[in-house]
Amino acid sequence: MTDGNTDRIEKKIVLRAPRAKVWKALADAPQFGSWFGVDLKGASFAPGARVRGKVTHPGYEHLTWDVVVERMEPERLLSWRWHPYAVDPKMDYSKEPTTLVVFELKEVPEGTLLTVVESGFDQIPLARRAEAWRMNDQGWTAQMKNIERHVA
Amino acid sequence: MSPSPGPRRPGLDASVPLFAALGDGTRLRLVSRLGRDGPMSITRLTAGGEVTRQAVTKHLHVLAHAGLVRSRRRGRESLWELEPRRLEAARRYLDAISKQWDVALGRLKAAVEGEDCGGRPT
Repeated sequence: MTDGNTDRIEKKIVLRAPRAKVWKALADAPQFGSWFGVDLKGASFAPGARVRGKVTHPGYEHLTWDVVVERMEPERLLSWRWHPYAVDPKMDYSKEPTTLVVFELKEVPEGTLLTVVESGFDQIPLARRAEAWRMNDQGWTAQMKNIERHVA
Repeated sequence: MSPSPGPRRPGLDASVPLFAALGDGTRLRLVSRLGRDGPMSITRLTAGGEVTRQAVTKHLHVLAHAGLVRSRRRGRESLWELEPRRLEAARRYLDAISKQWDVALGRLKAAVEGEDCGGRPT
């Protein structure tokens, strides 16, 4: 097709914190949950492990966060698979393709460079993408309100 | 799979027929073929495939109705081509997910750069 890539999302962010600390915020499940918005108390990440927890974002508490960890290389790489925007509790997503989320850490002078790549979207049925996008748009509106309240 | 109806948004609702049109394997292949190889006739689109000319014609009309493809006459044949602007709507899904990541990573930044790395119960 003419432009761009519809299969993957890539994000890069420099964190002013040592790599060990960033790794802990990613690899320690309860810490991860605290910023990601999932209750992962008592859970732990390990290659091959399926990890589930209740979403803690206001308005989304009825949803379960559900991933299968693929790789863990201390202070370097964490990856898992999940169903992106599996936001309809009535829907069985288990038969559908998953996307792969990879977190990678690299030391830089300012601290730690974190790269997040989520890939595999081209395998997700377009009808599902339309629906997820629509539902997500409402979620996004709610998130914006949270931020507004935060900074006001 | 009935989504809980939120407030109606004309911009969003307008994209539903687009995705419905793309939510079919044959039609998706037709779109991808036209995107890759450029405008072509139904005869060429049908050649070598197991889908009949009649079926391809029907699918092309569904796609045309959703504004994804259009036909123009050249001599005795119609050439079918992509209407690329409409495909951009499919990218908005990715944009939305991308924004979610921005928000999540913003929270991670706040957590690891703050004095107190939140949520550390031990």
